[in-house]
Amino acid sequence: MNTPVAELFTLLVGVGIILLVATGIGQWLAAKHTGPNTSPVVDNLNARIAAWWAMVVLLGLAFLFGKAGVIILFGICSFAALREFVTLTQTERADHWALVASFYIVLPIQYGLIWYQWYGLYSIFIPVYAFLLLPIAAAMRAQTDQFLVRVAETQWALMITVFCASHVPALLNLNIPGYEGRHVLLIAYLVVVVQLSDVFQYVWGKLIGRTKIAPSLSPSKTVEGAIGGILSATLVGTGLFWMTPFTWYESAFLSLVITLMGFLGGLVLSAIKRDRGVKDWGHLIAGHGGFIDRMDSVLFSAPVFFHLVRFGWDISP
Amino acid sequence: MVTGHAIMLFARIVTAVRGQWDGVEPIPKQRVYFANHVSHADFVLIWTTLPARLRQRTRPVAGADYWLSTPLKQFIGVEVFRSVLIARKPTLASNLASPAPDVIADANANANANANSNENTDAKKEAIELMSQALSQGDSLILFPEGTRNITDAPLLPFKSGLYHLAQANPGVQLVPVWIDNLHRVLPKGEIIPVPLACTVTYGKPIGVHANESKDAFIARAETALKETSQQKIAANA
Repeated sequence: MNTPVAELFTLLVGVGIILLVATGIGQWLAAKHTGPNTSPVVDNLNARIAAWWAMVVLLGLAFLFGKAGVIILFGICSFAALREFVTLTQTERADHWALVASFYIVLPIQYGLIWYQWYGLYSIFIPVYAFLLLPIAAAMRAQTDQFLVRVAETQWALMITVFCASHVPALLNLNIPGYEGRHVLLIAYLVVVVQLSDVFQYVWGKLIGRTKIAPSLSPSKTVEGAIGGILSATLVGTGLFWMTPFTWYESAFLSLVITLMGFLGGLVLSAIKRDRGVKDWGHLIAGHGGFIDRMDSVLFSAPVFFHLVRFGWDISP
Repeated sequence: MVTGHAIMLFARIVTAVRGQWDGVEPIPKQRVYFANHVSHADFVLIWTTLPARLRQRTRPVAGADYWLSTPLKQFIGVEVFRSVLIARKPTLASNLASPAPDVIADANANANANANSNENTDAKKEAIELMSQALSQGDSLILFPEGTRNITDAPLLPFKSGLYHLAQANPGVQLVPVWIDNLHRVLPKGEIIPVPLACTVTYGKPIGVHANESKDAFIARAETALKETSQQKIAANA
């Protein structure tokens, strides 16, 4: 196995330099805005930078431990994201078994199937079997209030936080000729491009953002920020083609697709938050930003990226 | 020590619990934290959200009938959390203030023997004395004034009078309302396996008992203070 040490190292150094610069700017801004002129924007920026550091360190550690590391890391992310998501749902006592099964049975099985590379089953396990079996568990409790809402919420929670997230480690299962042993680079590519898109959208939005794109969903997202962010990240993604099995123009196309999906995913998950914010304060998580806030764009882009790459580059029968 | 940390780690994994200090600062002042009661794990969440130096000086007040019923519960309740065990039903001897395992065994025997002979009011007085004793040693307390777990749809059950008597006996101690949110969904009554859900513990504005304040007036004020704390939690997230 030729581990892609050189490429990972190059990427890590690149990301490290960007983060160092970002941290420097963040701290400089924080020093400027102390005491009475504390700025929530600066605090938010520094919280994001801290989250990115954590992300880079955790991903780096996971890569060090190979497939097991990546699967365990994303399994934990799924657990935390599912916990956040279910907190926002209207599930009640009658859903207890269905929720217990979601956390302690469905989630481990999905990641187990990824580990055993059983593509035929991990692609349908949650969309078909969890979809059919969990409502049965809920129905056994004979509590019909809001039944459709509750089972739909549980299924949605599993699809987003477990099914979609598990497609990141699933990238390791692709069978791409000439790319053996280097699959972790695909994960690094996906995460870096999508996260950079978030960063660039934020920066462009702060610099030249004027026109709000969907004020009722996400007051901070602007047309200028979105276009600038998606294009900048696509440009970087194109330049990262050397770590992928793609040519530069294939890489440009895939980067555009995943950054677009990431952006739209962010909007969808904002819509859910807004909905819950208005309807059901009591179930909200305290504080700002959780796992899902940091992962939303990766969640939406991972399955699409996985299938496009599998369709175009995988040689499995 | 190790068991305590293991329990708190487990609580963090399941509930990702977050402490919100809205009405008071987490400083080492002697306090009675009075909280809503929906689960046997309530005080674990309060413990977990208290900073370590406060946690070491804070003891939950718990029902002896539950926490002495098995050796495991006794170990957790007495050894790990240093609970002040009080009799909820008319039972129990008074020598439980600084409990040692052999003392508890005796207490159990006494409690069973005396179960029906003690009078309710005596038990109440004894409970207040036990709590005051812990306070006089400089410790803070965690108290659930509803007296029992709330498994109804109402946000709070009517408070018992213990908080009033305790406050009167210890006028210098801050009474801090603490709202524990979401734990009832983690482990609904009758379930064994907890569902992981995010929980918060909100510390509200402290109250004290006024001079010449009647029991009913104070209890009403304490209930309102706790309900307001639960509202603060909602407003903070809006």
